[in-house]
Amino acid sequence: MGKGNIEEVETVVSTSLRIGVLLAAAVMLIGLFLFLSTGESGYVDDVYPTNLLLILQDAVALKPYAVMLVGLLILILTPVFRVGISIILFLKEKDYLYARITAVVFTILIVSFLLGKVE
Amino acid sequence: MHDGHRSASSMRTRVEGDGPGRVRSMPRVPGARLRSLEAIGSRFCRYRRVACIKLSIVPFEQKVGCYIVFATVALQIFLIAILAGLLGSILGLGGGIIITPVLTLLFGLDIQYAIGASIVAVIATSSGGAIAYIKDGITNTRIGMFLEIGTTLGAITGAYLSGIIDPKYLYIIFGLVLLYSVAMMLRKSRAELPQGVKNHPLAEKLSLNGEYYDKVLGRQVAYNVDGVYPGLGMMYVAGALSGLLGIGSGSFKVMAMDLFMKLPLKVSSATSNFMIGVTGAASAGVYFLRGDIDPKIAAPVALGVLFGATIGARVMQRLKSRTIRLIFIPVLAIVSIEMIVKGVGL
Repeated sequence: MGKGNIEEVETVVSTSLRIGVLLAAAVMLIGLFLFLSTGESGYVDDVYPTNLLLILQDAVALKPYAVMLVGLLILILTPVFRVGISIILFLKEKDYLYARITAVVFTILIVSFLLGKVE
Repeated sequence: MHDGHRSASSMRTRVEGDGPGRVRSMPRVPGARLRSLEAIGSRFCRYRRVACIKLSIVPFEQKVGCYIVFATVALQIFLIAILAGLLGSILGLGGGIIITPVLTLLFGLDIQYAIGASIVAVIATSSGGAIAYIKDGITNTRIGMFLEIGTTLGAITGAYLSGIIDPKYLYIIFGLVLLYSVAMMLRKSRAELPQGVKNHPLAEKLSLNGEYYDKVLGRQVAYNVDGVYPGLGMMYVAGALSGLLGIGSGSFKVMAMDLFMKLPLKVSSATSNFMIGVTGAASAGVYFLRGDIDPKIAAPVALGVLFGATIGARVMQRLKSRTIRLIFIPVLAIVSIEMIVKGVGL
């Protein structure tokens, strides 16, 4: 069962959450700062992109809304990343039952993202 | 309009019958501009008309005014979001339970964008709080990961239903959900910790039982886990509500873990906090690609909530569960009644 090794998993999970949160916050802050300092959103008519590729391109061009969206995207993906990394961690601990459970959750998450894209 | 773009303003025009035309008709005379800014200040709560103004089409002087106003509004949102993150992480609820009502009732934002922002708040509450909760061993990660099967499936269901249901009903449903949480919290027993719980066979198989160090009681608290199936079923409902209303429906999760699985309240709260991020992410993908997550609103919300949740996760461990309930019940009751009134009065 590997009951004693959950601490190992938890340490890494906690660390990965911290990295995701700090990165997301930093990017959002930069975006917000750009928006407030230049007064330009990078788009006309208060429009913002919802296409992932477009967001990334525009963020590289430092369009404030796109930078903020990238930060938000990192934040949204942090829990997904957390679930993904848990699968690997449970496999490493040879806790196959929980590796399977987290794999199911991960699959549902990916499906939900794909469904959102189709719509 | 470009494909893959979403114009927030055009949405508002349709929903409110009040949009671009209104913005353009702002006075162009310099003296009148000042007066209109005053009017803007006094009508601060009409968020959509002020900060969501079409920045690029108004004259320069007006733009300057708009930024100042936007910066102030963003700061207000940030401060409220800190509070939301604080309370949300303490109770295991999504910060959304405060963010959605505040953005709609106080700032007059459309429910679609308020829900988009609050979904982000839910994820921020979860990730921000979980860092400390996991490190301090309050979160039961096994229970969380197992129950996430139910919440994620529910979240997909809910996110699709939300496109079909009228916002008016969303207000009413949201209000009733909150009122229900109030009733549930009032009904909670006064015992600090659950007593005499036997481990459910499935809980045994999944090794869900655990222990944590309670800083108030000053000792290790070991606990067993009951009612795994009803718990999992409630998680599906909780997930669906999250997708539907943009709240983590953490109240349902905490309630299910408390009433059915008979976990200590702090473990229920921290584990709910752990799970709502994943539930939120499952629906956030849909909302993000649909364009309901407006960066100028969601970013200040996310930053404030992250900050608040980080503090909240430390504060909660030093509070008695009874104290926490006492603080929150009146807040929830007021907000729930306001939402129902808004929904009925639309």
